[in-house]
Amino acid sequence: MPAPILQLNDVKTHFPVSSGFFVRHQTGTVKAVDGVTLSVARGEVLGLVGESGCGKSTLARTILQLVPTTGGTVILEGRNLTSASAAEMLLARRDLQMVFQDPFASLNPRMTVYATLAEPLLVHKVVPPDQVRARVTALMEKVGLSPRFLEKYPHEFSGGQRQRIAIARALALEPKVIIADEPVSALDVSIQAQILNLLSKLCREMNLALIFIAHDLSVVKHISDRVAVMYLGKIVELGPAVEVIEHPRHPYTRALVSAIPTPDPDIERGKKRLVLPGDPPSPLNPPAGCAFHPRCPYVQEKCKVSVPPLIPCGPNREAACVRLDEIGAQ
Amino acid sequence: MPLLEVTDLRTSFHTRSGVYRAVDGVSFSLGKGETLGLVGESGSGKSVTCYSLMGLVPQPPGRIESGTAMFDGIDLLHCAPAQARQIRGKRIAMIFQDPMTSLNPYLRISEQLIEPLLIHEKISKADALVRGLAMLEAVGINDAAKRIHSYPHEFSGGMRQRVMIAMALITKPEILIADEPTTALDVTVQAQILELIKKLQSELGMAVIFVTHDLGVVSGLCDRVQVMYAGRIVETADTRTLFRSPRHPYTKALQRSIPSLQPKGKELYTIPGLPPDLSKPIAGCAFAPRCEFAVDRCRTTDPRLVAINPGHATACVRVQSAEI
Ligand SMILES: Nc1ncnc2c1ncn2[C@@H]1O[C@H](COP(=O)(O)OP(=O)(O)OP(=O)(O)O)[C@@H](O)[C@H]1O
Ligand SMILES: Nc1ncnc2c1ncn2[C@@H]1O[C@H](COP(=O)(O)OP(=O)(O)OP(=O)(O)O)[C@@H](O)[C@H]1O
Ligand SMILES: [Mg+2]
Ligand SMILES: [Mg+2]
Repeated sequence: MPAPILQLNDVKTHFPVSSGFFVRHQTGTVKAVDGVTLSVARGEVLGLVGESGCGKSTLARTILQLVPTTGGTVILEGRNLTSASAAEMLLARRDLQMVFQDPFASLNPRMTVYATLAEPLLVHKVVPPDQVRARVTALMEKVGLSPRFLEKYPHEFSGGQRQRIAIARALALEPKVIIADEPVSALDVSIQAQILNLLSKLCREMNLALIFIAHDLSVVKHISDRVAVMYLGKIVELGPAVEVIEHPRHPYTRALVSAIPTPDPDIERGKKRLVLPGDPPSPLNPPAGCAFHPRCPYVQEKCKVSVPPLIPCGPNREAACVRLDEIGAQ
Repeated sequence: MPLLEVTDLRTSFHTRSGVYRAVDGVSFSLGKGETLGLVGESGSGKSVTCYSLMGLVPQPPGRIESGTAMFDGIDLLHCAPAQARQIRGKRIAMIFQDPMTSLNPYLRISEQLIEPLLIHEKISKADALVRGLAMLEAVGINDAAKRIHSYPHEFSGGMRQRVMIAMALITKPEILIADEPTTALDVTVQAQILELIKKLQSELGMAVIFVTHDLGVVSGLCDRVQVMYAGRIVETADTRTLFRSPRHPYTKALQRSIPSLQPKGKELYTIPGLPPDLSKPIAGCAFAPRCEFAVDRCRTTDPRLVAINPGHATACVRVQSAEI
């Protein structure tokens, strides 16, 4: 394995939760990210999937130090970001870019597309000022947008067009790592394919490392080398993308895979889904032992006792379930 | 009689750089209890079609140039504001594509959720909260009682999207317009929401216009599908026919681009070229410059949406003359 460019060690991000309509008082803690250890190599695409609210976006924001870390370390090329100064962080930002889940909220409504894309180039002095326009035009073409849009404002675009502007902005500084939070879910499948091709090509040719957060497992399988499955703030399964999605080991991954909609009306309507009983757990009051146990079809007493660690289960594969051997492979 | 009948809807944006014909002559109907899928190119006018029906097109720069949308004898595009308020948000509700921008960041979830109830029904705040809570639970928000008074930024993307869904469903509308309502949801929660929508449909006979890029979701949920390109409907058919025998070259190309149907490790198929500039007049078929089947006639004849089989219409002159 090549040395990782990004390394997370036991990262934790907790939020206080307060309630009450008139007077708000802290009533608990959301352990949005709760002990994540991961590494990403140069040129690698790591897919990150998991239930809504399981902490994927929070993990992304933690890596970028946009939220205070409760514990653990984030190391980018040997630099510890969790203890970095503001100046060091500004430098690190050049290498570490993010495409946010909500492109509208992350684009400045008062800046034209041109200004949005030119700003990072000027701030970080990537190209001489007289070449900025050409570079911006090239970026637009990369993400499949016509340069005639340059003088428009974000509200004049459709959801998918805005998403591509956000992607172009992340690419502007030619970072070493991109964290893309649901970058293609707002796009039609042809533009999706175009962006996926672009991201794969950048990873291959520029050795870009990519953390790709998505709900569409068929897209994740296509683009990722490895995939990490999260459940309630923790990684529950990790391994090569095709292996994990075609032969999931953790019971949660199995349920997730069985819920993938197929673009075929006959299959889709006749399909048997492994419907998860019960509700997603509350991050305020997580179940004891394995957080998945109240919904797990394979649950036994021992699952309720202690939090299962990730254990190896095949070449480069790990899963956090104490019954892996008993329930076998799928 | 259909529940909703849209005829020749045209909506444009008058901007400094020209007039963009975002929706350019769209006609369709929606029956009671029917689920209509709206798919197509990003920027093809799906959201603007929905906004036009909801009276949410910002005017200016937007303008409804022509068309009618008949709902229960009322033209939604031209009725009096008071009449519109009676319908929108109550009998016709919409879930928006951007959950963060359509929730007010300064108001608690609880206040926003029960607002439609307080406006449209004679109900006390306490009773409205009870119903709000039940709705939050129905969309799968855990610990709803504890979290209902949170602010939007304290919820994850998918949780905010579910709040939007709960807000739209709380008044039990006759038509639900859902603009990519499940894009931020994982597949298990998505399945749960789709089940909830289906349940409300069978209980209340609610009709749904479902805008999505996820053709898997369309397969499972929609009775009929409409494909849009450059502001127009280019093909419509029942779901099975559209997936089994798509006829319009754009629909075919779209289907060919689905990642899950292509081998891993290879470059994915994408439709070559860019969509047309909607502020320029388009001669002939808008898809022709990107179409592998285009001939000279396609660049001069304006294609109309014509039935090629009962219930299956396409706007391609070559399909209509049985050449492809
Ligand atoms: N306020 C506006 N001012 C100018 N142009 C606009 C405005 N709103 C939308 N448009 C344009 O109208 C066209 C249709 O946009 P619309 O949002 O309906 O697309 P869409 O089909 O919903 O796409 P997506 O799948 O990406 O959400 C786009 O080309 C967009 O640029
Ligand atoms: N600023 C905050 N204050 C309090 N709680 C928060 C905050 N941000 C996130 N959370 C909580 O942390 C948990 C994880 O949220 P996060 O946004 O990381 O989820 P996610 O995996 O990205 O979900 P989705 O797929 O829906 O986007 C959620 O329960 C959310 O409510
Ligand atoms: Mg998220
Ligand atoms: Mg849209």
